[in-house]
Amino acid sequence: MNESLFISIIIGITIASTPLIFAAIGELLVERSGVLNLGVEGMMIVGALLGFIVQFHTGSPYLAVLAALLGGMAISSIFAFLTQFLLTNQVATGLALTLFGLGLSAFAGRGYTEETIVLIKAIHIPFLSDIPVIGPLIFSLNPLVYLALVMVYLVWWFLYKTKQGLILRSIGDNHDAAHAIGHNVVRYRFMAILFGGAMAGLGGAFLSLVQVPIWGEDMTAGRGWIALGLVVFASWLPFRIILGAILFGGITVLQLHAQGFDIRISAQYLSMLPYLATIIILVSLRIRLKNKTNRTVPNCLGRIFHSTS
Amino acid sequence: MIKLIPRVENSKAMILLSPLLALTLTAVSALIIFIFILDDIKVSSVFFTLFVLPLTDSYLFPELLVKAAPLMIIGLGLSIGFRAGIWNIGAEGQYVIGGIAGGAVGLYFYNVEGFWLLPLMALASIIGGMLYASIAAFLRIRYQVNEILVTLMLTYVAVLFLSAMLQGPLRNPAGFNFPESRIFHDSAMLPIIWEGTRLHIGFILAIILSLVAWFGIKKHMFGMQIKITGSAPRAAKFAGFNDNKTVLYSLLISGGLAGLAGFFEASGPAGQLTPGLPQFYGFTAIIVAFLARLHPIGIVFSSLLIALSYVGGEEVQIEYNLPSSITQIFQGMLLFYFLACDILIKYKVVLNKTKD
Amino acid sequence: MSISRFSSILKLSFLSVVLAFTSNVSADPVKAAFVYIGPTGDHGWTFAHDEGVKYAKEKLGDDVIMTTIENVAENSDSERVITSLARKNDIVFTTSFGYMNPTVKVAKRYPDVKFEHATGYMLEDNLSVYSARFYEGRHVIGKIAGRMTKSNVIGYIASFPIPEVIRGINSAFLAAKSVNPDVQIKVVWVYTWYDPGKEADAANALIAQGADVLMQHTDSTAAMSVAEEKGIYAFGQASNMREWGPNAQLTGIINDWGPYYADRIAAVRDGTWTSSDTFAGVQQGMVKFAPMNNNMPTEVKNEAMQTIIDLSMGKVHPFTGPINKQDGSPWLAEGETPPNFPDLLTMDFYVEGIDSKYPN
Repeated sequence: MNESLFISIIIGITIASTPLIFAAIGELLVERSGVLNLGVEGMMIVGALLGFIVQFHTGSPYLAVLAALLGGMAISSIFAFLTQFLLTNQVATGLALTLFGLGLSAFAGRGYTEETIVLIKAIHIPFLSDIPVIGPLIFSLNPLVYLALVMVYLVWWFLYKTKQGLILRSIGDNHDAAHAIGHNVVRYRFMAILFGGAMAGLGGAFLSLVQVPIWGEDMTAGRGWIALGLVVFASWLPFRIILGAILFGGITVLQLHAQGFDIRISAQYLSMLPYLATIIILVSLRIRLKNKTNRTVPNCLGRIFHSTS
Repeated sequence: MIKLIPRVENSKAMILLSPLLALTLTAVSALIIFIFILDDIKVSSVFFTLFVLPLTDSYLFPELLVKAAPLMIIGLGLSIGFRAGIWNIGAEGQYVIGGIAGGAVGLYFYNVEGFWLLPLMALASIIGGMLYASIAAFLRIRYQVNEILVTLMLTYVAVLFLSAMLQGPLRNPAGFNFPESRIFHDSAMLPIIWEGTRLHIGFILAIILSLVAWFGIKKHMFGMQIKITGSAPRAAKFAGFNDNKTVLYSLLISGGLAGLAGFFEASGPAGQLTPGLPQFYGFTAIIVAFLARLHPIGIVFSSLLIALSYVGGEEVQIEYNLPSSITQIFQGMLLFYFLACDILIKYKVVLNKTKD
Repeated sequence: MSISRFSSILKLSFLSVVLAFTSNVSADPVKAAFVYIGPTGDHGWTFAHDEGVKYAKEKLGDDVIMTTIENVAENSDSERVITSLARKNDIVFTTSFGYMNPTVKVAKRYPDVKFEHATGYMLEDNLSVYSARFYEGRHVIGKIAGRMTKSNVIGYIASFPIPEVIRGINSAFLAAKSVNPDVQIKVVWVYTWYDPGKEADAANALIAQGADVLMQHTDSTAAMSVAEEKGIYAFGQASNMREWGPNAQLTGIINDWGPYYADRIAAVRDGTWTSSDTFAGVQQGMVKFAPMNNNMPTEVKNEAMQTIIDLSMGKVHPFTGPINKQDGSPWLAEGETPPNFPDLLTMDFYVEGIDSKYPN
């Protein structure tokens, strides 16, 4: 394999993985607080649209990214309000949010299907970016790719290095106990859901601001669901999100390359690989870890909390 | 401050009133939206088309039941697992595999007449769905791999597998090499129970299954077992119930029923296997199950409600040239309100005047 | 005012009286309905049909009332939608292959309504089929691609292995090879008609593997924008995609359904509609091209224009023997051209010289 092909495969993988990292790391925090939000797809698509619209009108990538964040957050607040204050079932509410987000974005975006924008470009650091191999792979990626990695680190830091993170985890594991010692379960969960919405919005916007300069309804094409799967794959551990996303995005990209290299396996079966590989690798990780009980599953995942006091 | 006070017992009045309130709220919100986007069309006639026409029109009403049947069957199966806290969110995949298995049997015996063919197809579809769901059960029991991941990922695999089958062994030999199966012969088609419509026997079976499930959950020991495991895993262990058994049984039941629904779809309204078999029923049925608060009889009604939103939504699109996104927005809102109004059943809303 | 001028005015006013009279007789407008598989904003397949509907509406004016319904999945729901439309319309167009069997079923139940199904093969007394010879378009862009590629690798983003897509790949490859014997074609199957992200991934993969001209048989404009960004060439699909690739787009194949729709609806109005089987191409104007971009040399442009003229006069056929199948077995003998059925309509093989594995 020649060098430039290798580099473009790796860059292709970062592009395919980053939306998944954003959406999954947001959902991870949500689930760590004990909430299961199946509306990731709906929040992503709203982010994709708002990012695109703002980039189209202002041409400012900062505003576009901000709009995507706020858009994802805004629509997730519906979910947060319903599940936290009106105690609705999280699974059903999340699915409804997906339907609503897809419909809303398709309707609101009708005027933008004819348009195109200026993409957010990869960075170029003088000298560093010019180092062979390492330069293109480490120092000249898209700024949002770095941001995704930073977010993963921040979530890890928050969960394990701050008091609030500890509280959030304890709420996810036993909301009644956390409530009993005086923590505000609803407030923590509400904030976590908003953060999840913001990250999903960013993940969606990555598609319309970095990957392709177009808007089309349903353009997230199921990536929100994959992100949900990756949270489980990661066993709710932040850094494993990166592993999962690179694995999934990587195999997606590699199977496209494999078709070009003319590997004699039918494309349908190659297309199954990313889905099967996530399952198989998680199983083999479990075997490697000697099948220890998985302690990172938030015990209260999906359960409704209402303070009786 | 508004406060929620839990009721000692679920309010009987609210069980009936809350859906009505939800419908009213949906109507009001939809009204506001329609006023914004429709200028010269009577909003009342939009409402009629959306809510009433599918119930009164002699063509649309049986279609409503056709659409509700798979949702009902899958929803029932899922509700059993959800009671036990088993998150099978990939019923769509089990539905597809069931459809392939049932359809493959029908195609294998192409043009063979026989009363035994349909039961055999049904059996194949149930086994297919069960086997597919059992992968998730096995991985959860043996390796503690969460079923959310496995069932979800296997859904995508099932859809690709369907595509491969229709490109290969199940392809119609006289079909110009398009990825579709033959059209099933009459013996492989479900009997129609309403002459001149597509309403098939699967709907009756769905109703019967709901009654059986209701009875089962009320009386049967296994019903008790899954209920306890779901609400208090530790208590269930003390009571001697086997957690692994619950995981296995609830995935097998939900998988088997989803598989059966796939067969009903293929041998019912579709009449052949096509890449269009997966149509989000597996996901929509999750909503159906929770709208009904996992109650089998409630599932009959919630599946009808969701089916109404589809059939009515299509008619509105046709009648007023509206984009399909309007239907989705409307469905989302409908669900939000239904879920939200549910709170009135379990809780009393009181205005707390004293400061806390 | 001369006599002749005066008489012509008389004739005109007479004509308009007659016209007014006849249009009074058939005062009821034709009700025509269209079922779309995607959103009208996909800028691909459905967009092109919708443009055709707009054209027909403009042409027929008050003689027609159009109803369109988008995002109708190719499953059992479609039968309900088609039935609902049949109950209220005089003619129903179903614009995707997957609607075939549902359309047949509904057509049998509504014998007085006319039906038109795109890209299928089932006919009834009240059901026509129509499709376009897009492979003729591929023949033209294949020649351009063969001339324009420097790496001798053409990248092809394919959706699903159905005969229409296979015809396109074979046609493009043969045309490219005819002008550039060293050319290769790399095919990547994405198993979707519309997923901009995945289409872009596929485009990037093909470019990384050396492709410097892209073709696509998917619906979004993603590949075009990737080509623009990477500074290579691409072709618009189903519609003009110049907006997304001002420097990248060489030309584009345009699906022009408008005149066909106008004719068929007018035939219903005039009572002359009969069931028919249409497989039209460049000659009939159903396959058209976006303007040739100035990014190609004049000779290439001229060759492409000449090819279009030859096609429109029926002088060339994209599949003219000798052609062997990929496995080396003979398909067409010297000078032979294939019949529509079975060769073209059921095509399920690559021609000799394509390296990629046939997907099945």
